[in-house]
Amino acid sequence: MKKTIFSLLFVLLLSIGLAGCGGSNESSGNGGGDSGDGGEEAGGTLIFGRGGDSVSLDPASVTDGESFKVTKNIFDTLLDYGDDNTDVQEALATDWEVSDDGKTYTFTLREGVKFHDGTDFNADAVVYNFERWMNGNEEAFYYYKSMFGGFKGDEGHVIESVTATDDYTVEFKLKRPQAPFLKNIAMSPFAIASPDALEKQGDKFGENPVGTGPFVFDQWNRNDKIVLNKNDEYWMDGYPKLDSVIFRAIPDNSARLNALMAGEIDLMDGLNPSDVQQVEDNADLQTFFRPSMNVGYLGLTTDRGPLKDKLVRQALNHAVDKQALIDSFYAGQAEPAKNPMPPVIGGYNDEIEPYEYDLDKAKELLKEAGYEDGFEMELWAMPVPRPYMPDGQKVAEVLQKSFAEIGVDAEIKSYEWATYLEKARNGEADSFLLGWTGDNGDADNFLYVLLDQDNIGSNNYTYYENQELHDLLIEAQSTPDEEERNKLYKEAQEIIHEDAPWIPLVHSKPALGGSSTIKGFSPHPTGSDKLTKVTLQ
Amino acid sequence: MLAYTVRRLLMLIPVLFGMTLIVFFMIRAIPGDPAQVILGQQATEEAIKSLTKQLGLDQPWYLQYIDYIKNLFTGDLGTSLRTSSDISGEIWPYLAATLELSLVAMVIAIFIGVNAGIISAWFQNSWFDYTAMVLALVGVSMPVFWLGLMEQWAFSLELGWLPSTGRENVRNPVDAITHLYLIDTLIQGRMDQFVEVIKHLILPGIALGTIPMAIIARMTRSSMLEVMRSDFVRTARAKGTKMFWVVYKHSLKNAFIPVLTVIGLQMGLLLGGAILTETIFGWPGIGRYIYDAINFRDYPVIQSGILIVAVIFVFINLIVDLLYAAIDPRIKYN
Repeated sequence: MKKTIFSLLFVLLLSIGLAGCGGSNESSGNGGGDSGDGGEEAGGTLIFGRGGDSVSLDPASVTDGESFKVTKNIFDTLLDYGDDNTDVQEALATDWEVSDDGKTYTFTLREGVKFHDGTDFNADAVVYNFERWMNGNEEAFYYYKSMFGGFKGDEGHVIESVTATDDYTVEFKLKRPQAPFLKNIAMSPFAIASPDALEKQGDKFGENPVGTGPFVFDQWNRNDKIVLNKNDEYWMDGYPKLDSVIFRAIPDNSARLNALMAGEIDLMDGLNPSDVQQVEDNADLQTFFRPSMNVGYLGLTTDRGPLKDKLVRQALNHAVDKQALIDSFYAGQAEPAKNPMPPVIGGYNDEIEPYEYDLDKAKELLKEAGYEDGFEMELWAMPVPRPYMPDGQKVAEVLQKSFAEIGVDAEIKSYEWATYLEKARNGEADSFLLGWTGDNGDADNFLYVLLDQDNIGSNNYTYYENQELHDLLIEAQSTPDEEERNKLYKEAQEIIHEDAPWIPLVHSKPALGGSSTIKGFSPHPTGSDKLTKVTLQ
Repeated sequence: MLAYTVRRLLMLIPVLFGMTLIVFFMIRAIPGDPAQVILGQQATEEAIKSLTKQLGLDQPWYLQYIDYIKNLFTGDLGTSLRTSSDISGEIWPYLAATLELSLVAMVIAIFIGVNAGIISAWFQNSWFDYTAMVLALVGVSMPVFWLGLMEQWAFSLELGWLPSTGRENVRNPVDAITHLYLIDTLIQGRMDQFVEVIKHLILPGIALGTIPMAIIARMTRSSMLEVMRSDFVRTARAKGTKMFWVVYKHSLKNAFIPVLTVIGLQMGLLLGGAILTETIFGWPGIGRYIYDAINFRDYPVIQSGILIVAVIFVFINLIVDLLYAAIDPRIKYN
């Protein structure tokens, strides 16, 4: 018995060893040719390494960026964003008109487009998709609710009706003007899916998505890889260039970089700021930086202890050296924040004077507020890296030290991520690190979502309330005129700056690494990239 | 042997029931309303009610438990809250990935560990003994995270021998049948892919196998030292039996019981403890499946994932117990 076990083991190991050796020669042969597999005339396969897997490939039903990264390439939206900005441009709709009262939008659709299952894309398909969403609920279509104010029958629901006036014209009637309407329409969750496939697949649509996009869904091994193949009949002439795209999940940033350097993947996101130099020094690799559409901040819960006092919050703002944080933890790839939204967003107020790093001034303000001897508070550090905050723990330590210099004794706390968000949302933190990446490139998506009193208990974690601000933000929501609207947002930023519910820290430019053979890739500020124009050379 | 096997199998029943009870009450021990916790602050009353119903939490606990057991018997492990798909339908590929990796890790650990332990005991206090035992100590104390990254650096980046991540060459993907890729590639006669799969298994296998290897080596050595001092070993040597056979046949058989215990326990630990290795090597296994579920508060997945791993753990120990009896006939009379 024993002997057989051992001889079996021995044979097994021997074969593994031999196979390993035999294979090693091949691997070096494979290594170089990998990205060129399939020949030059064909577009080749791009392997995109990322930190996590998608939740579902039905874009309407998910909220996570890892899902949108994939669905963006399977589906199209009526309008799309620019290649590296959030200006809207044509996609499935070639033209659109807005009525003078801002309540009727008419879209002219692209003709001759087919879904991947061969069915026709037309006005009925668009209506079908919107009907599906507006008859849903929050659990099923989170983004629909948050962007269009609710569902059929809800008070806040913005869309009155969606009708097909002919085969290729769709008319949206709104209950009231919604300024960011076009930007919302361009968001990944509102991609048009094949009605036929939705009917057939039912609950399984998220595993068998069918759209009109540049790539056709092929295969999904959960937590491992998602394979998409070229859509030969894509409506954009001559595109896509690639034959296929494979999304691979490799959770650890360093391991992902190893895979990139070993040629196992062609492109990776989540490149550690500290690894940027290494990639730039490597002739076979290149770096990309995603234009910032985020903000990392320290929230100061405005209904807790000394933080109730505006002067105290301003004092803390003066105590932080943002540039030092950027140099230490972002490898310089970020800019100091003075507003709650990044400069790429329309309506950004560049005239705001930032609270300069000035400890004396900070102490003065504390004294004025009656906290000459300082006070104690909790400082929460997020437990997971985020694009806007690569290392929450270390940033918290630096802030702790800064605050100590003006006599504020901050105790660092941290919880597991889901608990962290829940507790912070409940207003249990004195001060907490957090951030936000914009969904649609609109100011409303930052200022209203994060700081309006309507969103206390939701994304307004600081419990900041200001009626004047609220009035401005609500007015801006229904002001279609861009200039007028931007003026309102600029005013709003002044109020927020004065009340200082946050210490805005940085707008980071998340780094990506890629093989030097990649051409035509420009990372999109929204965090999900359409790979239509990418080539491998 | 048969009676012993039957007895051990019968003993499993209370153990398995106990496990379902623990796992069942775990989700109910969460402070507050689980539905509220899952859905968060913004959830509407309606959504909470519907989820409470979906989780079956609106019924008395004993009915819930009976329901739960009934479902388990029909192979229904519940529905993932995050992906809304059947857990019993989606869990196997993860489990297969982990099983394959753990088995390879164990084969490496046993082969090297047992032999190193034997040789160390045979040549006690030699340079080999010292080196092996120091290495074993290092092996036990080495963080898997660090070891994995170092392996990738050395064998993938510097030497270019082995791939650093994943289960397969994704440019030459394996058609999954059983999801155990070694078997799948063999069935399909794809030797090129079989070799690729083995190459992908080596680095994570070593990373995962290092700690068990070190423990097994130390255990084998001490157990062998004891046996080799006994009378029957001296007799065998006096009869003129070659030292090799004395060590590998007579001594090892008697020294193997404690080693086998350790192997069984380690194998169980690997299944649940592979998560670090799975993270570093981008391995789509059960550890990461459960870990992701924890991050997303996907309670049904946590519950079922833990149950499955626990069941396998119990069965591995059953196999170990049966092997005792095979190796040492005295055991079955206990």
